[in-house]
Amino acid sequence: MKPTDTSDPQYYHRVVDCQWACPAHTNVPEYIRLIAQGKYAESYMLNRESNVFPGILGRTCDRPCEPACRRTRIDGKPVAICRLKRVASDHKGDITGLLPTASEEKNGKRVGLIGCGPASLTVANDLLPLGYECTIFEKHGETGGLMRTNIPKFRLPPHVLDEEVDAILDIGVDLRLNHEVTSMNAFLEEHGFDAVFIGSGAPKGKDLDIPGRQEAAPWIEIGITWLESVAFGHVTEIEENVLIIGVGNTAMDCCRTARRLGAVGVQVMGRKGRKHFKASPWELEDAEEELIEIVENHAPKDFVLEDGKLKGMTFEISDWVPDDNGSLKQKVTGEVFLPAERVILAIGQDAAFPWIERDIGIEFDKWDMPVVDKTTYMTTRPGVFSGGDAAWGPENIIWAVEHGHQAAISIHQYCRGLPVTDRPAIGMNLVSQKMGIAQWSYSNDYDQALRTQMRHVDLTTRFKGLDVEVELGFNAEETVRELERCLNCDMETHFTDHLCIECDACIDVCPVQCLLISPDAEEAELRVRVPAPATNIDQPLFASGDLPHTKRIMVKDEDICIHCGLCAERCPTAAWDMRKFDLLQPYAGRPVTVSGELAQV
Amino acid sequence: MTSITKPRIRIPKLDRNALGLTRMDYEGSMSTLCAGCGHDSITAALTHAFFELALPPHRAVKLSGIGCSSKTTAYFLSQAHGFNGVHGRMPAVASGANAAHQELTYIGISGDGDSLSIGLGQLCHAIRRNVNMLYVLENNGVYGLTKGQFSASSDVGSKSKKGEPNQDGPIDPVAMALTLGATFVARSFSGDKEQLVPIMMAGLRHRGFAFVDVLSPCVTFNDHEGSTKSYTFIRKSNSEVVGTGFVPIQEQISTQYEPGSVRPVTVHDGTTLYLRKVDASYDPTDRSMAYAYLKEHQDRGEIATGLLYIQEDSADLHAREKTVATPLRDLTFESLCPGAAALEDLMDEYI
Repeated sequence: MKPTDTSDPQYYHRVVDCQWACPAHTNVPEYIRLIAQGKYAESYMLNRESNVFPGILGRTCDRPCEPACRRTRIDGKPVAICRLKRVASDHKGDITGLLPTASEEKNGKRVGLIGCGPASLTVANDLLPLGYECTIFEKHGETGGLMRTNIPKFRLPPHVLDEEVDAILDIGVDLRLNHEVTSMNAFLEEHGFDAVFIGSGAPKGKDLDIPGRQEAAPWIEIGITWLESVAFGHVTEIEENVLIIGVGNTAMDCCRTARRLGAVGVQVMGRKGRKHFKASPWELEDAEEELIEIVENHAPKDFVLEDGKLKGMTFEISDWVPDDNGSLKQKVTGEVFLPAERVILAIGQDAAFPWIERDIGIEFDKWDMPVVDKTTYMTTRPGVFSGGDAAWGPENIIWAVEHGHQAAISIHQYCRGLPVTDRPAIGMNLVSQKMGIAQWSYSNDYDQALRTQMRHVDLTTRFKGLDVEVELGFNAEETVRELERCLNCDMETHFTDHLCIECDACIDVCPVQCLLISPDAEEAELRVRVPAPATNIDQPLFASGDLPHTKRIMVKDEDICIHCGLCAERCPTAAWDMRKFDLLQPYAGRPVTVSGELAQV
Repeated sequence: MTSITKPRIRIPKLDRNALGLTRMDYEGSMSTLCAGCGHDSITAALTHAFFELALPPHRAVKLSGIGCSSKTTAYFLSQAHGFNGVHGRMPAVASGANAAHQELTYIGISGDGDSLSIGLGQLCHAIRRNVNMLYVLENNGVYGLTKGQFSASSDVGSKSKKGEPNQDGPIDPVAMALTLGATFVARSFSGDKEQLVPIMMAGLRHRGFAFVDVLSPCVTFNDHEGSTKSYTFIRKSNSEVVGTGFVPIQEQISTQYEPGSVRPVTVHDGTTLYLRKVDASYDPTDRSMAYAYLKEHQDRGEIATGLLYIQEDSADLHAREKTVATPLRDLTFESLCPGAAALEDLMDEYI
């Protein structure tokens, strides 16, 4: 097997599962350790570096980090990373002095940003300190984009949203509320920006074209539009029996909002089985806690009216059987009528660009979406960039943030006349954590504790208002317990082959039996030879170069290593060492300056 | 020394043996020996052997004397019986324990100081009696616990950490065991588990005194240039004579060996040992040949390793003494202590 190149930052990056899975590559283990040290402001600022909205994301993130968490492979449940982020945010204190400020020296470049959601805000956050003038155009009278209109207040309190949005606006954004861009051509001509960023989101809810749709229109709502009306106070009540069509996260927000507006019988209707639902498992659980019924395998057939008024809907009850190609085929087994006075459609949403002329150099693809380069985030018209839901359809906030960072890098390149395809490289720092004999600079004890459950406000209190936040956040004890579950995956087991004397001490002490010294072989063969076979091929296998004594190689399965550091602790020659990996990510105007070169022992 | 405890962590993919136990269940407390100590590898080889044989941990007795080696009984089989005896006196304690309860598995751990200096006489007599036990001599050629003096197994010319050469000739425990009539004699190296684990398993299955001399480098006081017990030197001069394959009685023998190169030996419980001979002319059941071969290697500056000699039809302590099979603790008071009248009768026999 080819020796692993650990000088490539991506190798150790991949070992930090949470950071690798996070679109913005937030340094999760480090911020968890900072919380453990009581350094909430530092933890918050480390978060903010990559994800810009720690308070918002600490409540609403779709948490791609958590299913990836190494702890899942050890005791079945990930560290509650997301809610720990909220701890940092809740206790950070006054951070005004730590926030980025606009450069006093302007570079004379002007950037226009369409939509005041997370993508545009991130671009402004990155560019303002470099001397850019940023103008955000927002069609609504309030900021935040879908974070405000689509996420109910009981999940994201307005003061949290305001604080983090304002932190960016206050750097010096020229904010134009109630400015809907209706013609891209006119917009470009009128303002003459050096660069334009389209961060207008995906504000168009999908419709359901089945019999009765037209006749029942007065009693049918489009989910995201309805949530928007609730957010702005235009809708304050709802009928008793409500059907929600769709089982994504928007559907969860709709059903829980409906409950708070007075609905008693709320049913969420899914076409397929639960494992196919798009909503995150915890959002489904939170809805069920509020006595909302989630119905599987019911496909909407038609709207039923009586005396010109909506009476309910009929559904086909189906089994889904895999066909020869493995794709599921619907097999209708029956039909059922469910009464309802109102139906909310939450079956997806699209970006819509009726306001972009098709002859101004911005090409559209067959799905009528602008063609956007996946690396540079530039459309086919030079100087016009796009990100967030507007670029490739609905994703989560954290994706919009990452798009914003990347687009900001491109805009900075573009405005300096440099090729946008030239991307600054990532780097890493790798520093030994040995403090002395049996002393490591991190808490390397394995903690048996199981995942801490988030406590919720009781049902009667939470239904008193739309703005009663449901999750209470972790208290001090819960925080400590959950912090200690983190395995510190960024404390990398770093191996220096020429130091090894092949005494086997590391192999003998490893509590998860993931090490092997073996004659070289193909990867597949080595995976079998590891004492606890390396069956998870999604996780890399480390292979060293030839060891000095016998020319065998050291092999490590990264899959279940708990980073306890015992291999390094029992290594007589420090061939194994625990080194803290710090991914150095470039941002606009802040390219990585420290090279990823390893210290040679 | 390590103050970090090894986490007890249950991962589904860890192997389980016939008793449903994992390797971890055969471990003990965390080693306090120096990092990289050969003794820890021997401990690991032992736990591996116990695991493979599905030995019930509570049916084992671990015994030791004094020394770095003798500390290691704390690092495996935390559920077993244990006795940490006076320096060099472990063989006597083992003989007594074995005499009282022959159904348990006895594992004695000793070092070159404990066995070849202060306890030399003890070891010799345990070999003579053929006590049914696995006797592991963790041989590092140095007194580590007292900071690096030469031991009785230090080779002539081998240098101390300060550079002094040793002048007194060594006691070769393997040669000694062969001359004293040991019925199972092996030598191995702590850094070679592929060789060591099957030898440990075979030794545990052997009925009689299974003597295993394991070269076990002392990383702190005897792993330097000029030492003949360093990782580098042992690796360089190690010459495997007989490799051991282990086929438990329960398993079908599926591997086909080339005739001549492999010699099957069936031990008392039906387990088959496959002795893979590197030199086809070597006969591991011929004591004189083993001795000669050993000397020949030694003269060439090589260390002969492997299961060098085995005699499977020997009578152990109990067979020779015709002792009762029942453990003494299970006998009634009356049969253990038949009373004054029985004593009178016995005395009469001698008058």
